Amino acid sequence: MKIKSQKDFFSGLMFTVVGVAFAWGASTYNIGTGARMGPGYFPLMLGILLALLGGLIMFKALVVETEDGDKIGKLAWKPLFFIIGSNILFGVMLGGLPSIGLPPMGIVVAIYVLTIVASLAGNTFKLKEVLILATILAALSYGAFVKLLNLQFPVWPAFITG
Amino acid sequence: MELFDNLALGFGVAFTFQNLLYAFIGVLLGTLIGVLPGVGPIATIAMLLPATYALPPVAALIMLAGIYYGAQYGGSTTAILVNLPGESSSVVTVIDGYQMARQGRAGPALAAAGLGSFFAGCVGTLILAAFAGPLTEVAFKFGPAEYFSLMVLGLIGAVVLASGSLLKAVAMIVLGLLLGLVGTDVNSGVARYSFDIPELTDGIGFIVIAMGVFGYGEIIHNLAQPEEQREVFTGQVKHLYPSKEDFKFMIPAVLRGTTLGAALGILPGGGALLSAFAAYTIEKKTKLKPGEVPFGKGNIRGVAAPESANNAGSQTSFIPLLTLGIPPNAVMALMVGAMTIHNIQPGPQVMTSNPELFWGLIASMWIGNLMLIVLNLPLIGIWIKLLTVPYRWLFPSIVLFCAIGVYSTNNNTWDIWMVALFGVIGYGFIKLGVEPAPLLLGFILGPMMEENLRRALLLSRGDWSVLVTRPLSAGLLAAALLLLIIVLLPAVKSKREEAFVED
Repeated sequence: MKIKSQKDFFSGLMFTVVGVAFAWGASTYNIGTGARMGPGYFPLMLGILLALLGGLIMFKALVVETEDGDKIGKLAWKPLFFIIGSNILFGVMLGGLPSIGLPPMGIVVAIYVLTIVASLAGNTFKLKEVLILATILAALSYGAFVKLLNLQFPVWPAFITG
Repeated sequence: MELFDNLALGFGVAFTFQNLLYAFIGVLLGTLIGVLPGVGPIATIAMLLPATYALPPVAALIMLAGIYYGAQYGGSTTAILVNLPGESSSVVTVIDGYQMARQGRAGPALAAAGLGSFFAGCVGTLILAAFAGPLTEVAFKFGPAEYFSLMVLGLIGAVVLASGSLLKAVAMIVLGLLLGLVGTDVNSGVARYSFDIPELTDGIGFIVIAMGVFGYGEIIHNLAQPEEQREVFTGQVKHLYPSKEDFKFMIPAVLRGTTLGAALGILPGGGALLSAFAAYTIEKKTKLKPGEVPFGKGNIRGVAAPESANNAGSQTSFIPLLTLGIPPNAVMALMVGAMTIHNIQPGPQVMTSNPELFWGLIASMWIGNLMLIVLNLPLIGIWIKLLTVPYRWLFPSIVLFCAIGVYSTNNNTWDIWMVALFGVIGYGFIKLGVEPAPLLLGFILGPMMEENLRRALLLSRGDWSVLVTRPLSAGLLAAALLLLIIVLLPAVKSKREEAFVED
């Protein structure tokens, strides 16, 4: 058996796995009957349906010829790592991380961290340019979100504001 | 006439200084962000949604509608000037629009898109105002079985539009429905799939999914592409207005596009994308007049028709949302989310319980369209400048606005972790070649479908045949089945794949 469409095969596999997981999860809740549907009824139905659809997609991927094998191709690890990383660090800066004793740093610091880390995902990285961009974004966000829209953010690090 | 009374009420609401201002800000921001390549209306609305939290509900919805139109129009500007569709519904505009720009006729192309959209917007608004009343009456006749069947029809309709494999799109809908069920079950109070995490008992936020999948996923994918030199036609946008000759070709195309778009927009699953594709196909089928440029070489009809169609379609796609409370596409799904945040349950009761909101929104749609044209024709030069902003400045800003937006929905870092997770998932979707839009639609409809199915089966004592014995419900299901059969017909199937080749 050869996989004829990599993309389809693995997306089918994903659907099946997720479908089975949801159906299995649903079976731990009360299923009930049609007239009195329990919390597990609808998800169980959908989970089974999703698993079947996934199976069908995998079957097609093994049978139907494609021109180039529909390769998934290389994963872009660098942008994936830095974009998601910058987002997570942004959250850490805003909320702090009590387990390592990091206090909430506030939105201004968070914006600088996010801009710098996210910029590392690109092909060119010029620190000066990135710092200017971060400053502009910080000023804009402060003006728009904190002052104008009155959204509640910790603005400065907790150890300064107390 | 009741219609005029209602419209007068609406214009009374929309013409207050405050609401005009919000409509203007919405259109401006929407265009500003919609012009950016690779940022479509879904990402734009998701990104700007938090900016409306602090506003009163009417103003917030007016602004969101403005953002939607702005983003839609901004997308066509990018399509014409840089050969990059800013969003999926301007994919066909690229074909002839970019060719016109290359011949130095970017001005007429942009003007055709703008004027066509404005005309279509006016007609769309009138249709919306005229049909909203009667359709709402119908909506009150709907029982749970009808609602369930209507949602099935809507979801099937959305699938027909997804590019690529039909099976994968259906699977994405089901996945979306399942994700929508995460959280506390309203009936039994059981927290489903929450893994004892308190934040998950409230369910997954739709903004988290929208931003993660559409925002982060796209950015990561874009960054993985090799950098390409963008051609921009700054120096050549000189003659803004189309010639007499252009108008002669344009007007019938605009009329055809508007009619088609308005009709298709009402259908569940219809809306901007389908309308644009259908309008372009029809224009291509009509005979070329002597002296006309062939399609694909810069024919003005190839810009005017799809652009008017997508605007008419996006206008009338508010009808199912406002009258039935059912979002016909992913953008409208976002609007449902926005309305819920402002404590408005979309559905037939909105018109009676909140007439100012209902008619104010409709009137402001027309005003939004007017502002679009006032704003865009003189400002084309500025939008072109914006296109020269390098991507390396753009993507950190988008990431930031997504992160801030997500955090401010609940003022909780939990949502930031979730958006990171969905960013990874979104990138995975792109890599696996599955389109995420059906997922979002399913996600919004999941709880509604379960609730209506539950009620329908409760009333019928567990008898599933209730879905086909009630005539309205049976008709809706039959329509869904018909749609599926049509798409699966070999002739249509190959045409559909052809139409999506440009994607």
